[in-house]
Amino acid sequence: MTPSSTLETLRTDKRIVIAATVIIGIALAVLPFIIGSGLGNSWLRILNFALLYIMLALGLNIVVGFAGLLDLGYIAFYAVGAYLYALLASPHFGLHLPVWVIIPAGAALAGIFGALLGAPTLRLRGDYLAIVTLGFGEIVRIFLNNLNAPVNITNGPQGISGIDPIHLGGFTLAKPISLLGFTLPSLHAYYYLFLALALFIVFVTIRLENSRIGRAWVAIREDEIAAKSCGINTRNIKLLAFTMGASFGGVAGGLFAGFQGFVSPESFNLMESVMVLCMVVLGGMGNIPGVILGGILLTILPEIFRHGSGPVQLAIFGKILLDPEALRMLLFGLALIVVMLYRPAGLWPSTTRRREFRGDSTNDELKAGE
Amino acid sequence: MSSTLLEARAIDKHFGGVTALRDVSLTIRQGEIYGLIGPNGAGKTSFFNVLTGLYHPDGGELIFAGEKLQASAPHKVARLGIARTFQNIRLFGNMTAMENVMVGRHVRTHAGVFGAVLHDRRTTREEAAIRRRAEELLNYVNIADRADDLARHLSYGDQRRLEIARALATDPKLLALDEPAAGMNGTETASLRELIEGIRKDGITVLLIEHDVKLVMGLCDRVAVLDYGEKICEDVPSLVQKDPKVIEAYLGGSIA
Ligand SMILES: Nc1ncnc2c1ncn2[C@@H]1O[C@H](COP(=O)(O)OP(=O)(O)O)[C@@H](O)[C@H]1O
Ligand SMILES: [Mg+2]
Repeated sequence: MTPSSTLETLRTDKRIVIAATVIIGIALAVLPFIIGSGLGNSWLRILNFALLYIMLALGLNIVVGFAGLLDLGYIAFYAVGAYLYALLASPHFGLHLPVWVIIPAGAALAGIFGALLGAPTLRLRGDYLAIVTLGFGEIVRIFLNNLNAPVNITNGPQGISGIDPIHLGGFTLAKPISLLGFTLPSLHAYYYLFLALALFIVFVTIRLENSRIGRAWVAIREDEIAAKSCGINTRNIKLLAFTMGASFGGVAGGLFAGFQGFVSPESFNLMESVMVLCMVVLGGMGNIPGVILGGILLTILPEIFRHGSGPVQLAIFGKILLDPEALRMLLFGLALIVVMLYRPAGLWPSTTRRREFRGDSTNDELKAGE
Repeated sequence: MSSTLLEARAIDKHFGGVTALRDVSLTIRQGEIYGLIGPNGAGKTSFFNVLTGLYHPDGGELIFAGEKLQASAPHKVARLGIARTFQNIRLFGNMTAMENVMVGRHVRTHAGVFGAVLHDRRTTREEAAIRRRAEELLNYVNIADRADDLARHLSYGDQRRLEIARALATDPKLLALDEPAAGMNGTETASLRELIEGIRKDGITVLLIEHDVKLVMGLCDRVAVLDYGEKICEDVPSLVQKDPKVIEAYLGGSIA
């Protein structure tokens, strides 16, 4: 490729990027209105959950995708964020702290839990790390389940209800917000808040990925021994990955508690950790757009199966043969197997992206043989 | 006589019943190219691993530039100024050549999470400097045209060069190369030789493990020979070649 044509591509690339940003921005802005009026509020809730799962997937991606550390207990950090919100803004303790205190505190506390998990597992890799992190996730859940006696902290299996909805500058997001003669329904307001924080997390992740720290994470994933020999303090950098990843989970957890108004330990079981891990792996480990795609697909597809399989069966067989709930998991498992068989690097892996950006997706073998 | 850069004192290393290194002492001077040779399994790579903190020695100590090297702290060894390559190339395969070298700058740079996210002036400057230095080094080892290729897509010879560039990125005082010419053809070896000589001219001391005897003899100022974990000889190449113990270790004079 000649220099001038490279410049040309760069310039068009830039224009395409700007155009794409504008289009995506408008689409994201009007999305809740389209979905709300077209599909109804239940889908709007699902959309909001998709945003929460994107935050979780991006957090786990730092640990699993960037640093290459398999974590099967990630949902524990979501739980930490959610319970912190529940304890600090509900009738349970009679505390009603504002959201701008709780969410950062949740991020920080989850980050500390991340470091706590990371510290004893630094020498572990692969299967062993997976087992320990799995245990950690379960321990947190079991604690939440049992910390209701002798002192009632978490209210045990009943969970905590009546959690304050999120307030922002005098407005509560629980009720429609009227501003300048325009009314924004509650679910829409939550959508914009979640979207803003999800975009913030995307921004932070992109910045981290293209930094000295991000390169160190990937270096550890690629070859830990070589990374050490390059002068990377692998212990600190791994702890940092656990901490950063966990803090994203803490943010998502706090938002979840405020949105849902209710938390209980069963929301944070192993299946949830596995689900988030699937989003990361299925989407394309280590690649931010891929992980976002994974988060969206794995939130929405199961719901489509759930809502769609009943009517489809009625239409074809005239009756419901298979329980939609069971069918949902069946199809989900099937989808995972198919993707992993045919696209083992995920739906949108990062190396492809790199080659696509350079526009030479097919001539790698050729170049290697030059 | 120039000053001592590295002094290994009575290094021992065992693996179960196998003695990889026994009482190995050697002294590397500032600015020289020091060869470490010996038959397969003689303990050369083990010495590198002890030196760079990857293995914990069972005995002995290492003094580098006046400081005692801490065992089992590879990142501290790198910070003090020892960089290495690996016998079985260890690159970050799914990173570009450029990124591989940029990782090498890690130990000489400082940006943390806040700098990375906020892009303050210091961080952007540092990042630009990292990129510039990495470009220079890719140029230096003659693979600038592969900067944006994934390391695993590079040819074998280019991977060896990339590993050297990454090692140089840590600003080492001592560069330890573990069989850099392995698997290279004649022309590749010749240009590797030029590269190593250039590195020495730039003031970096080189410790070289190599099987290519011609390369070692032509390039090194002094050579130590390991056999079954013991140093059997240390001298200038011309005398090492004639040493009866060395000739015996190499099974009857195939060394020259
Ligand atoms: N990590 C290890 N575990 C067990 N034995 C090892 C290890 N590393 C090296 N050895 C043994 O130490 C001896 C020296 O090996 P090495 O240092 O690789 O030799 P060289 O590099 O000179 O070929 C060999 O017998 C080898 O099998
Ligand atoms: Mg060896």
